[in-house]
This record gives sequence, C-alpha cells and structure tokens, in this order.
Amino acid sequence: MSRIAAIAVHTFKESVREKVLYNLVVFAFLMIGAGLILGTVSVGINEIAFVNLGLSAISVFGLLIAVFIGISLVWKEMERRTLYNVLSKPVARAEFIIGKFFGLVLTLAVNTAIMTAGFYLVLWYEKGRLAAPDLAPLEAIYFILLQLTLVVGVALLFSTTSSPALSAVFTLSLYVIGNLLDDLRVLGEQAGSGGLRGLLRLLSVVLPDFGAFSDIAPAAHGELVPGGRIFTHSLYAVLYATVLVSATILIFERKDLR
Amino acid sequence: MPAVEISELTKDYRLGFWSKRRKPALDHLSLTVESGEVFGLLGPNGAGKTTLLKLLLRLIFPTAGSASILGRPVTDARAHARIGYLPENPYFYDHLSATEFLNYAGWLCGLNAAARRRRAGDLLERVGLAESAGVPLRRFSKGMVQRVGIAQALMNDPDVIFLDEPMSGLDPLGRRQVRDLILDLRLQGKTVFFSTHILPDAETLCDRVAILNRGRLQGLGSLQELLGASVESIELVLDDPSPHALEPLKSFATASVRTGNQVRLELAASNDVDAVLATALSAGARIVSLNPVKVSLEDYFLAHVQDPAGNESPRPGRK
Repeated sequence: MSRIAAIAVHTFKESVREKVLYNLVVFAFLMIGAGLILGTVSVGINEIAFVNLGLSAISVFGLLIAVFIGISLVWKEMERRTLYNVLSKPVARAEFIIGKFFGLVLTLAVNTAIMTAGFYLVLWYEKGRLAAPDLAPLEAIYFILLQLTLVVGVALLFSTTSSPALSAVFTLSLYVIGNLLDDLRVLGEQAGSGGLRGLLRLLSVVLPDFGAFSDIAPAAHGELVPGGRIFTHSLYAVLYATVLVSATILIFERKDLR
Repeated sequence: MPAVEISELTKDYRLGFWSKRRKPALDHLSLTVESGEVFGLLGPNGAGKTTLLKLLLRLIFPTAGSASILGRPVTDARAHARIGYLPENPYFYDHLSATEFLNYAGWLCGLNAAARRRRAGDLLERVGLAESAGVPLRRFSKGMVQRVGIAQALMNDPDVIFLDEPMSGLDPLGRRQVRDLILDLRLQGKTVFFSTHILPDAETLCDRVAILNRGRLQGLGSLQELLGASVESIELVLDDPSPHALEPLKSFATASVRTGNQVRLELAASNDVDAVLATALSAGARIVSLNPVKVSLEDYFLAHVQDPAGNESPRPGRK
C-alpha cells in the first residue's frame, strides 16, 4: 500500500510540474470567464449559458489533461528507462500500474476542484449569492470526474502497449464512440444482418459508456440528479475502471522492458 | 547461501514483429555468485551482459532456465528488498531534486519518512553530492547522475548491488570514486555484481569474473584461476646500454625494443634469471627493472571473444 502511495504521489508531483497542465487550466479559466461575457449578451438565459459553458470547459480541459498526461504515463517511464529503477525495488508491476492510475486520478481531482472553485467564484459574482439549486452543477462535475477516471483507465491501457501518438488516437476515438453508444444501440436494432446486429449490440455493452456521464444540460437548468443514479454511475465507473486497470496489469505483467 | 544463482538461463529475442525466427541473447547460462564477493561480468558489446542483468532484475523474462537472489526467485518482489541496482547510462526524473529522488527511491523500498531523510543525507554526503542535494536532476552532469544513481541503489542498505557499466562515460576522477565505492562496499561485506568492458577495472576490483560472448559463458573464475600463475616471459629493462653490453644478452632475448634511452628485452621464461642478471652486470649494463610477464586479462579476454580470423564476434541480437 505504501509503495502504491509512493508511486501515486510521485505521479501527481510529476503531473503538476508539467507546463502543459498549467496551460490547460489557464485556458479552462478563460473559457469559464468567457461564459460570463456570453451570459451578459444573452439576456434572460445568462445563467444557463454560463453554467453550460463553464461545465463544458471543465469537461473538455479535464479530458485533454487526462488524455495527454495519461497516454505518456507508462510509455515515458519505459522510454526513458526510469521504470528500471522503480521495478528494481521491491515493487510489483501491479503496484506500479495502480499507483500510476491513482496518481493521475488525484491530479485530475485536484485540477477539477480548482476549476470548480473558479466556476463557483464566477457564478457567485454573477448571481451575488449561491442557493441550493446551484448544487446541480456540482453533481455534473462529479459525473465529469467519473468520466475522466474512465478516460485515465483507457489512456493507461493504451500507454502500456503503444506510442503516445497512437494512444492519443485510440483513447480519443474510444471516447467519441463511448459517447455515441445510444446511437450504436439504435443502429444495432436497425441492422439487417444478424451478425452485425450482434456485433453492434456487443460493442454497445462492452465499450465504456462515456455518454452516460454527460449531465451538463440538466445541471444548467438546475435539475438535481436522483440519488440512485449517482450510486449506479459511481458503481459503473468503479467497476469499469477496475476492469481497465486489471487489463493493463495483465498486459504489463508479461511485458519485456527492452 | 549464494547471493546469486543462475541455472541454464536462456533468453531469445524475436528478430521482428512478424518473424518467427529467434536469436539467443543468452544461451543456457549457469553461474553462482557467492555472498560478499565482487563479481565482474565481462564481455564485448552485445555479449549479453545487460540482458543477464535485466533478467535478474525481472525487467525481462527468460525463455528458459531460472535465477534466484539470496535464495528467492528473481520474480519474487521480496527478493528485491535486499538488492540495489544502477542501470547503464541512467536517466532519472528531471523534475526531482537529488533529495526528492532518493526520498522516492527509499519510499519504494518501504523506508519510513525519518529513515528516508537520514539515509538520503548520508548517501548524498558519501557520493559527494551533499551540496547539490536541492538541485534538480536535469542540471546534473553525467558523473553526478551516475553518483546519484549509486546513492539510490544503496537507499535500502542492500546486501547485493548490481551495477551495469558503472564506469561508463565517467572521467578518471569519477571512475576512481566509483572504484573506491565498490571497494568500500566489499569491506562492508556486500556482494557487488557489475558488468563492464573496462578490463583494468575488473582486474583491480573483482574477486571473480565471468566472460560472456554471444550469450555464452566463455570463462568463469578468479583471475588467478583464469589466467594461471605461470610466467609467460621475463621483461628486462636496461638504461642506455652500449652495443657491447647488449651483445652477450642477445642469446637470452626473444625480442628487443629501444624506447628513448631504455632498451626492453623480452626473455623466455625458461631462462635462468640469475645467469641473465650476472651476464648483464658483468657486461656493464645498468638494470632498471626485471619483471615476470603473466597473461593479462586483456589477452585472455581477446582470446575468448575473437574468432580465429581476429575479428570481434558479431552481436547475436539485441542487448
């Protein structure tokens, strides 16, 4: 446990010292600030527009951070051979992968918290006060974080097997497909061939359902998420992330570090 | 209990992603390293030295055979609690300072915060980096990186230390420091297993050596066992001898070379040394030195890693 914590803290430290992270956070703040301007010009729907844009900024920049730091997590350690040093210590390969995963999730959590603080600061400035319905965006942000946790799992999996460029392509592709699973299901039902129908149905079940975590529009209208949905989505994210990390470990356990 | 036991260890690499052809990087290697000895792994580039170290450090997996460290299989992470490792041409985390890096290494070894702090301070002092403790590693010279690499390998006070080409790329001062450190570790009763192609280092430091070529063991033992104690020839050096003084010695000499004011005569080992000396002195020659010439590790090494045509054996596969 101590070794996993060591790797997680080190990964967090490494991530927060990446310049790209600060650039992305600054851009996210600019986007949130732009929401304020947009809200001003859209008379009557200023709060909805601001919440929409603010949450989208948190989601998009969180995704970019998850992908671009996640894809190089293991690859960089292998390429620069810093991994030799880690694995020569009494560290199991599984501990290394789990530590890396939690390190990046921690980075994303801290970044999301900072962006959330910025978001609420601007919202408070815009409204003059915060009330109970303003908690709805917080739930949407929690879902974004769950979604990003899955993205980290996917990026980590690809990071152990391919170069960062390929990993980025694969991860982003899977993210897009994972947001279109509902369409995939409909397409499956309409497919003529039985084989294709089965394949599309299988894909819609097996692939990560990133779309399920999209809750920005209801949050912008102040609609709170039912408690049951928070629980099922959390469970889904935890189970799916466990599967992704386990698959990464299975591959990494057998990998020759040449 | 032996520090390292290797039995029939074999590693093949596939020649390409799609190819089924394989080439052995290590071929049924068996050897034992006893506790407390300094063991040198010698061989030309591509001999399989780094492959062997990677197998022992479970960075790669064997095609066949087995290896254990201090009685535990190398695949057992617990075996690694008592070892230290310095990779060849090490590269460490740019964003960390030397202290942060050693703290991380110690944490991975299971040391608590106080022990990490104390040990990191001691080791940085020992490798001469105490004044650079807070400097980011990206500002370190190659020699400094090598020294911090040695410090991290010693964080857990290991019983067995693996060093992959520890003198590689170091200036004479750096090499001297690493040599002294290895000797110091031997005095502490540690086992040091290091690979090198710098033969004088091996001659100076090693209790025993193994010579690898093309993944196969070409020789194993102490230098005395490998090179033998017998004298190959005798070298007599004279100070500016006259032709008259040299003439009676020619019957003993198999070769003669003049360098500046000195003449070096190579004499067959079967000669009676007393008779040679008496002849030289009676002819009026001034003797600078008289030395027995034994087979050097370099001679032995070259004889075992070159093919009959005198070419270095080709590299069998990736290191």
